[in-house]
Amino acid sequence: MNGRAQLIALKAILWKEILRFSRIWVQTILPPMITTALYFVIFGRLIGSQISDVSGFHYMDYIVPGLILMAVITNSYGNVVASFYSAKFQHNIEEMLVSPLPNYLIMIGFIGGGLARGIAVGAAVTVVALFFTSIPLHNLWVAGSVLLLTSILFSLGGLINAIFANSFDDITVIPTFVLTPLTYLGGVFYTVAMLSPFWQSISLANPILYMVNAFRFGLLGVSDVNLVTAYLAMIGFNIGLFWYALYLLNRGYGVRT
Amino acid sequence: MSEPKVTSCRATPGEVDLVLILGVKAPHAHDFLQVQLELAENCNQLMTQALSIQNLSKVYKNGVVALHGIDLEVAQGDFFALLGPNGAGKSTTIGIISSLVNKSAGTVQVFGHDLDTGLAAAKACIGLVPQEFNFNQFEPVIEILLNQAGYYGIPRHVARERAELYLNQLGLWDKRNGQARDLSGGMKRRLMIARALVHQPRLLILDEPTAGVDIEIRHSMWNFLREINAAGTTIILTTHYLEEAEQLCRNIAIIDNGRIVENTSMRELLSRMDTHTLVLDLVHALDGLPVLNGFSVHKIDGHTLEVVVSQGANITALFAELSRRNIAVSSLRNKTNRLEEFFIRLTGSKGDAA
Repeated sequence: MNGRAQLIALKAILWKEILRFSRIWVQTILPPMITTALYFVIFGRLIGSQISDVSGFHYMDYIVPGLILMAVITNSYGNVVASFYSAKFQHNIEEMLVSPLPNYLIMIGFIGGGLARGIAVGAAVTVVALFFTSIPLHNLWVAGSVLLLTSILFSLGGLINAIFANSFDDITVIPTFVLTPLTYLGGVFYTVAMLSPFWQSISLANPILYMVNAFRFGLLGVSDVNLVTAYLAMIGFNIGLFWYALYLLNRGYGVRT
Repeated sequence: MSEPKVTSCRATPGEVDLVLILGVKAPHAHDFLQVQLELAENCNQLMTQALSIQNLSKVYKNGVVALHGIDLEVAQGDFFALLGPNGAGKSTTIGIISSLVNKSAGTVQVFGHDLDTGLAAAKACIGLVPQEFNFNQFEPVIEILLNQAGYYGIPRHVARERAELYLNQLGLWDKRNGQARDLSGGMKRRLMIARALVHQPRLLILDEPTAGVDIEIRHSMWNFLREINAAGTTIILTTHYLEEAEQLCRNIAIIDNGRIVENTSMRELLSRMDTHTLVLDLVHALDGLPVLNGFSVHKIDGHTLEVVVSQGANITALFAELSRRNIAVSSLRNKTNRLEEFFIRLTGSKGDAA
């Protein structure tokens, strides 16, 4: 395929992916908005009003970046894992496999879908947050780049999960038993400074902690981790997962016999 | 000098005979030479096989050997039947050609493009209609076609024109905005044919395209496939309906236990049939087995006889024998179609084709 044909093909996958989650917006866009609104009411208003400032910010303001990023993480991951596994389950992934599409283009298409949903949900959650508080923007470039890198990273994670998955159970195990605990323990609701030194060092092994804090730096200008380390971790994971997913697809793992 | 265009070509080994050439003007000797060279090249392209398989093997991870080094050639423009019992290796072969199954050994070329070295070019030549429905059941019909065209790099406006063309030809245009899951079984089969054609492939592979389709729609699909083939598309067909293969296909391969056990023209295969079986429904019940001179007779029940008739035998002689023994016949039919009888002989199967 020449460059123009590849561009047309990529647009076709992206369009399909965006239409897919847009058609079912009640299942994809609305729930994170409601969940986030509940977080703001319960943790922000009711409990947060009883909690003293964290890193110089009201508790409500402190948890806003983490809640936005949490929605981006779960929706980027969820979009790709559901879409790719569903395509495997219904065998319509074969529509792409029999075409001259190179595997990296298939990957970029699905990751683009995850990115689109991650950003759409992130924007929707931000709008919800604005009903409860104002959101400062300390550094647009940091906030934007962390959002993109995180969304791409978890889209890749969802893709790899879907490649390995053989049943619908397999696509819920990782989000339930790995992703959710790591996100909740990734400093969304607290600063690691509140933890004992032992748990602080354990927390530093959690990659989501770096993303949440880097995004928090973009919005609030405070972070528990070094920004350079956070970027290196995100870029490193993105490159590693991209090549691993491409290797799996090139070998036909989970999609060819 | 206008561009030479070969409209038809006939060749035998060591000889190329250009039958009809249109639009060629070659006023000078060197132009004429150039024309000859270009025509020879075009002719070679015309003579490339649509599909060429050499020593193709497949061993699945569980150790099952699905293909034992098969060879197969399908000429351009052919309507080719690939038949065999369930589990014989047909779907594995089709899966390898369409790159959904990894081969263990051997080579596959599609219009000269080797799957190992020119996979994208080979894929661009193929349209696949698989055995199982493999589209997103929740997508609108037209979106399925537009997306598929997009995967082949076809611009959206061209894809829309082609989608309209094929959905109309296959009687699905009225359903274009409905979800695919709401279509009937026959409509879903036709949707998969439309989808396979949207990038206008040179080789169309149909894996049981009329399974579960009623007889009227099946015949309209046959006519459509004949038209597609007449327009130049090479077609490879597997089917459970051996009558379908007999009606449509010019050449045939029968695969059994991962080996090609027959590969010839349909005409040649059917000419080898030396007998066929007639089923006679009788007006009055018979007590014993009648003896009909010159014919082998089996009694199914009191009212039904099976008579084996040799190729070229005089059927009038059979009726003379029946009349001589006062056996009145109310109706007469062939037990199976001819290809089915041959298929059962070759594979030992009970008509469990495809």
